Amino acid sequence: MVENRPYLTFLAHAVLITGVAIVAFPLYVTFVASTLTAEQILTVPMPLVPGSHMIENYTHALLSGSTMGAAAPVGRMMLNSLVMALVIAFGKIAISIIASFAIVYFRFPLRNFFFWMIFVTLMLPVEVRIIPTFKVVSDLGMINSYMGLTVPLIASATATFLFRQFFLTIPEELAEAARIDGAGPMRFFFDVVLPLSKTSIAALFVIQFIYGWNQYLWPLLITTEESMYTTVIGIKRMIMTGDAATEWNLVMATAMLALLPPALVVVLMQKWFVKGLVETEK
Amino acid sequence: MEKRVVFRSAWLPYALIAPQILITVVFFFLPAAQAIWFSFQLQDAFGLHTEFVGLRNFEELFADERYLASFKTTAFFSVIVAASGIGISLLLASFADRVVRGALAYKTLLIWPYAVAPAIAGALWAFLFAPSVGILSYFLRKTGYNWDWVLNGDQAMFLVIVAAVWKQISYNFLFFLAGLQSIPKSLLEAAAIDGAGPGRRFWTIVLPLLSPTTFFLLVVNIVYAFFDTFGVIDSITQGGPAQATQILVYKVYYDGVKAGDLGGSSAQSVVLMAIVIALTVVQFRFVERKVNY
Repeated sequence: MVENRPYLTFLAHAVLITGVAIVAFPLYVTFVASTLTAEQILTVPMPLVPGSHMIENYTHALLSGSTMGAAAPVGRMMLNSLVMALVIAFGKIAISIIASFAIVYFRFPLRNFFFWMIFVTLMLPVEVRIIPTFKVVSDLGMINSYMGLTVPLIASATATFLFRQFFLTIPEELAEAARIDGAGPMRFFFDVVLPLSKTSIAALFVIQFIYGWNQYLWPLLITTEESMYTTVIGIKRMIMTGDAATEWNLVMATAMLALLPPALVVVLMQKWFVKGLVETEK
Repeated sequence: MEKRVVFRSAWLPYALIAPQILITVVFFFLPAAQAIWFSFQLQDAFGLHTEFVGLRNFEELFADERYLASFKTTAFFSVIVAASGIGISLLLASFADRVVRGALAYKTLLIWPYAVAPAIAGALWAFLFAPSVGILSYFLRKTGYNWDWVLNGDQAMFLVIVAAVWKQISYNFLFFLAGLQSIPKSLLEAAAIDGAGPGRRFWTIVLPLLSPTTFFLLVVNIVYAFFDTFGVIDSITQGGPAQATQILVYKVYYDGVKAGDLGGSSAQSVVLMAIVIALTVVQFRFVERKVNY
């Protein structure tokens, strides 16, 4: 700190506490609602202290879902979300790391062309090619399958960039030494490049896990069977038009279940998360 | 920058890059090309017959008042979301940079909303502001304000903006904090010795040095408001009431998936593609400048 100004320090704490409170307020109300009965929520205003139905609501949501709208158990949806997030995160990292290895450590015809092809995908988010992509996936028979949920989202320009930037900083001497010792490219990749990339992989994993878990439009399009819903989609299907008909206690319990895994990843792996966020956006 | 030492193989590099390229072609280029192709075609109501109509879909699009209204809605929505998100985050980050005690705790408590899916963020705020049961609606009504976003378009817009900004604050906050921490302390100390107070130092030193970060965040936030807020809109208002919150992305989805207008929706996709390309170009030109900064 440059100088000591007690009133400014006080103001800083006041502003930050207000900020934290506003940011946390929706989460608190959601948590409280997930511990009440549906009737208690409908009494206006709803109580703002946690009730005693927490275990009941969460078990009900996890094992049998809501009784209206989507009736699939949320446990199943969470499994789907987990599979989707893990396959997308590992898939993106795997295919991007080998692609950038090829781009950095080989000279071959069309190298730059391929690099630009990957780069251009940054400009084609799912949202702008909704219907044709859906058609491709349905022609391939991948509707309502884990393949359909994950494979179309696995290509990653950002991850390819990140690894390329990182590989360019690996000292030339390492590749030279490997070649003198007679190691082939794959040996060099597994023994030198992969261990060196550990921190980048961890950082990317955190970001991509959250990306995969939070996907919305894509699963909304290609899952029509309740058994394939992800948690995020499940919530949308549970909210009825006309808010008195919605079983808010179960919806809010599901919302907690949907946001806790990625939130925990962010909080517990904060160092990797910040690193990943800052680096993927460079 | 290129490597001096490279490996030689006639087939290995192609094998390594193949998975990425295959997925890119099948799920990115093919659909994008199809979107462009469909945008020049007209399909009859049963999907049995298509004919090539040239630019007619685009002409109809830009003659359609509802599409132009959606443009305006999107512009308003993204400017407000970007401006308020950046403003609030800058305020929080500058104070967080100042405090010594509890800095990590504040940071942790401010960044977790990044992990919340836009659709969930929408559901949370929809519940707080639900016209009949929402706790905030209750307080609003108590003050005599007639709160019912299901009927009132402006209120619906306000609600989706609040949810979208809430979700984005943590992202902006982290980038501002990183930017603030990279400002050399010696500059601020020199200014303090010369008698500049905290406010003066913020305006004349901190803010100008943060301008690359701010510009970067501006572009990212506009892209966020344009595309990633789909979940927020879909879980709260579904574009309503009376299209008051129907941003461009939502309209592409609605016209294509719900209303089955393939040609019109594809034409809108092509317009959106042009917007993304423009934004990406702006972003990259800026990134190059940042390197030299």
